[in-house]
Amino acid sequence: MTMATDDAPPTTSKLKEERANGIAAVTQSKGDDLIGRSVTINRPRDELFAYWRDFSNLPSFMDNVERIDILSDTTSHWVMKAPAGRTVEWDATITEEKAGEWIAWTSAEGADVPNSGRIEFRDAGARGTIVTATIAYDPPAGVVGKVIAKLFQREPAIQARRDLRRFKQLMETGEVATAAWTQKQRDEEKV
Amino acid sequence: MRALTWHGKHDVRVDTVEDPEILNPRDAIIRITSTAICGSDLHLYDGYIPTMQAGDILGHEFMGEVVETGPKSTLLKGQRVVVPFTIACGSCYHCGKHQYSACDNGNPADNQDIGQEMYGQPMSGLFGYSHLTGGYAGGQAEYVRVPFSDVGPIVVPDGLDDDEVLFLSDILPTGWQAAENADIEPGDTVAVWGCGPVGLFAVQSAFLMGAHRVIAIDHFPHRLELAKKFGAETINFEESKTYEALMEMTGGIGPDAVIDAVGLEAHGFFVDNVVDQIKASLFLGTDRTHSIRQAIHACRKGGRVSMPAVYGGFVDKFPLGAFMEKGLTLKTGQTSVQHYMPALLNAILEGKIDTTFLISHRMGLEDAPKGYKMFHDNQNEVTKIVLKPGLPVAAQ
Ligand SMILES: NC(=O)c1ccc[n+]([C@@H]2O[C@H](COP(=O)([O-])OP(=O)(O)OC[C@H]3O[C@@H](n4cnc5c(N)ncnc54)[C@H](O)[C@@H]3O)[C@@H](O)[C@H]2O)c1
Ligand SMILES: [Zn+2]
Ligand SMILES: [Zn+2]
Repeated sequence: MTMATDDAPPTTSKLKEERANGIAAVTQSKGDDLIGRSVTINRPRDELFAYWRDFSNLPSFMDNVERIDILSDTTSHWVMKAPAGRTVEWDATITEEKAGEWIAWTSAEGADVPNSGRIEFRDAGARGTIVTATIAYDPPAGVVGKVIAKLFQREPAIQARRDLRRFKQLMETGEVATAAWTQKQRDEEKV
Repeated sequence: MRALTWHGKHDVRVDTVEDPEILNPRDAIIRITSTAICGSDLHLYDGYIPTMQAGDILGHEFMGEVVETGPKSTLLKGQRVVVPFTIACGSCYHCGKHQYSACDNGNPADNQDIGQEMYGQPMSGLFGYSHLTGGYAGGQAEYVRVPFSDVGPIVVPDGLDDDEVLFLSDILPTGWQAAENADIEPGDTVAVWGCGPVGLFAVQSAFLMGAHRVIAIDHFPHRLELAKKFGAETINFEESKTYEALMEMTGGIGPDAVIDAVGLEAHGFFVDNVVDQIKASLFLGTDRTHSIRQAIHACRKGGRVSMPAVYGGFVDKFPLGAFMEKGLTLKTGQTSVQHYMPALLNAILEGKIDTTFLISHRMGLEDAPKGYKMFHDNQNEVTKIVLKPGLPVAAQ
């Protein structure tokens, strides 16, 4: 017997189990089953590219990056927040880029957390620019690293999606939205 | 500062919390002089809205004096402003189209996940209205932090009292948008379900937009009286059957446009309503939707349905057949307050719209929990409560 399926949103599914999953997803958002690593930003392509190309700007919207030091035109040193107030660091190199269109980078040989990323900028006419991010991490000690990452909401898919939204906010409005009402609360949110 | 905080169903308290600070360049801090309790706040009070957290500060209808400004705010200290309940950036694609309530950037990035999962796209930010819409602290407090203060708040000209302009923050634009969404043509008959603040402003707005007749529906005699004062005919749904009365009053045609200003807490023991209540209590996420069903059922063929009323989840037995077969049009949404504020402020200045008739009670902030209970228990007489942090606690 085959199960009836439909492609409606899970919260409206005819299947009891699917629906329960849908409701659970809403009430206890896991995040990692969401896609959405593209975002449309109401600013010109060149402006967005230029801001991103200066990697020292990235911590202003990437919540898990503490600091990026620029070493040369194509190399940089990344300091990332890690569980228990520690940091993880590595050097990264821009491997390929096309001015105004895309940038690809990868961590240098021997990094604790090998990773690579690619960001693309495409014209979206009157709506601005479509920005697509692909970020891949290879966490330490395989599964354990992933569990740690998850515990601390550092799952790359969630992080990338939220970072892109913050990038959009910063570029469109000049600031990153927060619901905190004191600086202390805001700092705690970012830990 | 002191602030009204949510702790659970029917449990709101005035707590001492930290004062808000300027966090972003476009922020301003407002010292609240007047803030109202809204019908929407009762949805929170009754525990209908998911993603509330204990300690959340409520309140999305407020105004006050600018006491601090960020470097990019265009406000000046000392100015009196009314603040829209929708938090909109003014520079995204949607804001560019004046769809302020659909702003992409008002909601913090992490909070957008919930809305994306539930609705397909994340919701914009709102003050004091659950974490689905940002988790922003609201204005039923002594002070509030207002993001994008260069776009939202409107400066009040001298000579106007708080009571005359406070409702620019939400319910007046909401009633106006409701009437606008009904695409009223001269000679039209418009029926409005619910004579709460939103319904009553929709009645006034519908007449200003050229409606020939407005029929207001509720079961609270006092609220129906207020609708009558603006020239509406009324139906008390406890005394007569709404559909039959409407058909009689329109010569068998049905109203040209219908407005649902009731929302997910529709009162009354209608069969479908009772079923909805049972389902809602089992958390099947069903809204109680008697009023919208009835509005669609009564609307004339080819007519318009406007739905300012708030719904949050899924609905059973939505009359999709009637909706399709009669060729109706439905418009709805959170109000794009920023879009309507300037024109409505002018209408108030010119004396075309009066909002003060609505206020039945004024009390201090410390009395807010009592206010919630009164509003919840006695909607006939309590039409609108305005909290004034400056007022002393009422004698018991
Ligand atoms: N779209 C927006 O941006 C927006 C803004 C503000 C409020 N709202 C919503 O608008 C709705 C009305 O707000 P309000 O402040 O006027 O609320 P309210 O609770 O004061 O008024 C609702 C009225 O509807 C009446 N009612 C209940 N069941 C009815 C029925 N079956 N038929 C006819 N009338 C019935 C009640 O007696 C009450 O007088 C709420 O759902 C609120 O959440 C929407
Ligand atoms: Zn309101
Ligand atoms: Zn916007």
